[in-house]
Amino acid sequence: MSTLEIRDLHVSVETKEGPKPILRGVDLTIKSGETHAIMGPNGSGKSTLASALAGHPKYEVTSGTVTLDGEDVLAMSVDERARAGLFLAMQYPVEVPGVSVANFLRTAKTAISGEAPALRTWGKEVKGAMENLRIDSSFAERSVNEGFSGGEKKRHEILQMELFKPRFAVLDETDSGLDVDALRVVSEGVNRAKDTTDVGVLLITHYTRILRYIKPDFVHVFVDGRIAEEGGPELAERLEDEGYDRFLTTGATASA
Amino acid sequence: MTATTDRTTDHSRAAADGAHSHGVVPAGSRAERVTSFDLADIPVPSGREEEWRFSPVSRLQPLFADTLGADGVTVAVEAAPEVKVETVARDDARLGKAGKPGDRTAVSAWNAVAEATVVTVPAEAVASDVTSVRIDGVSKDATAQHLLVHAERHSEAVVVIDHRGDALLNQTVEVVVDEGAHLTLVSVQDWADGAVHAAAHRSTIGRDARLKHVVVTFGGDVVRITPDATFTAEGGEVEMVGLYFADADQHQEHRLFVDHAVPSCKSRVTYKGALQGSGAHTVWVGDVLIQAEAENTDTYELNRNLVLTDGARADSVPNLEIETGEIAGAGHASATGRFDDEQLFYLMARGIPEVDARRLVVRGFFAELIDEIGVESVEERLLASIEAELEKSMSVITGVPAAAE
Repeated sequence: MSTLEIRDLHVSVETKEGPKPILRGVDLTIKSGETHAIMGPNGSGKSTLASALAGHPKYEVTSGTVTLDGEDVLAMSVDERARAGLFLAMQYPVEVPGVSVANFLRTAKTAISGEAPALRTWGKEVKGAMENLRIDSSFAERSVNEGFSGGEKKRHEILQMELFKPRFAVLDETDSGLDVDALRVVSEGVNRAKDTTDVGVLLITHYTRILRYIKPDFVHVFVDGRIAEEGGPELAERLEDEGYDRFLTTGATASA
Repeated sequence: MTATTDRTTDHSRAAADGAHSHGVVPAGSRAERVTSFDLADIPVPSGREEEWRFSPVSRLQPLFADTLGADGVTVAVEAAPEVKVETVARDDARLGKAGKPGDRTAVSAWNAVAEATVVTVPAEAVASDVTSVRIDGVSKDATAQHLLVHAERHSEAVVVIDHRGDALLNQTVEVVVDEGAHLTLVSVQDWADGAVHAAAHRSTIGRDARLKHVVVTFGGDVVRITPDATFTAEGGEVEMVGLYFADADQHQEHRLFVDHAVPSCKSRVTYKGALQGSGAHTVWVGDVLIQAEAENTDTYELNRNLVLTDGARADSVPNLEIETGEIAGAGHASATGRFDDEQLFYLMARGIPEVDARRLVVRGFFAELIDEIGVESVEERLLASIEAELEKSMSVITGVPAAAE
């Protein structure tokens, strides 16, 4: 059982006009096997939370703490965080020309587990995981994300989640831009990872539709850089009916 | 994050528009450039001339002289059994058939040599092995050297010229590819740190002939190579591939000229370079001339540069002159970019340490090009050289001296 604990997190983003505060005190505790949905309107800071947890250099943590089983995550470099068991499925996965998917997966797996995976079983594992996610085997020889469609990029992110077996996975708008079929395939992948590895999931989304496939245990509503309301799955249903208007008004009042 | 300049142009439907060029407009058409075997016609440059404006002329000065020695390098040829090798006097009738010198180092080299090495692939012979021309720098006496590679009709061969050691070398490489022949010519510049090397490569490509011309530049203080390719009959094809990696204070310059003088020929130029360290400077100039007679020409040239550290400079100038509207395709692209921090973040977010992530990105940048070379021994050596180069920049990042890794 692992715990990812975020306490009073304040984060600024670099802009041309100087640092701009985005997160204004986020508190969140995720345990192994739990799925937390973070919902909220555009610009509320959801993706900033994801990038800050992964250690993107553009985001600066100005105060607060993030710990993984008591270890200080914020003191770790980007690669150390990944090796500690954090995984970020990115909203906009980056193209890496000339680096094949097969080479990339093997290199990353080796880095994360500290030793090269056994050739025979690894090959089978990759092949099986690709089949499950309806990724054609020819993708193994293609350059990472280069020329992939939006849906192919998202499936490639979840492929990594399944293969790297992180302790905690942050899914940053993995559902955006997916058609219904692709959404189902991607959601099945996430659920497989949940079933087989007891991974804790932080599911960041603007829409409720992915929650029909991936059942959250907790729902947090993000407004203006902090959590405005928390609840169980029923909160998502309420958002489905009412939208974010109620919170936007509250947010405006709070910041006024 | 990144400062990338990107230019892509497709001229396949361009009308005849006289002298068309991008970047800094050169002085007049490439067709008007003086070419001559006579030293008096091409004076020692000041550095302000179009073809010398990027070059460290003072460092090249020893190679501009009227007379040069012959003892600064040794030449050893290990030929495939089907291939003939001779050493001939400068007045041998076969020399000087692949065009005239087009700049001062070229004309100096032509006039200074006493002897030339001639490598002949006989008609219809298919070489069963790579022919290797090993050029070793043994002293810093300014030296001229001349090589002719002649692929006779319907022959096939791979010739690799390999430069090592320390030298001041002014070189001519003539390449004659006769009707229906397929020749791959590779020139590897793997010099020691102080070497200064100017090379004029002049090639002619005959009817239905194919030339793959590969340049790989790693070492040396100054390396300046000017590969020319001229089509002499229809149906010819040239593929020019280049890869370079410049370190601190190195100057590596590649100036290409493809002359589409006849109809229905095809040219592809792909050059890629990486730069690291203060004062690293690379220059790529790609001139393509499609003459009025050269209908149904198909050409594309591309140059990409990856700047790994601050203080390095890459100049990239594609020039396309089109004198006929009846072409099959004509385009060029040039891009120079800094190391992409988003790629680094993506790989590191998957647990890959920074040093390994950088290595992956740079290897990836060159990967496709290395595949294109198609000569296995050269590909392997190249990968090893890229690794060695990367060790140098990694040591800057990690603080661990390269030798200790």
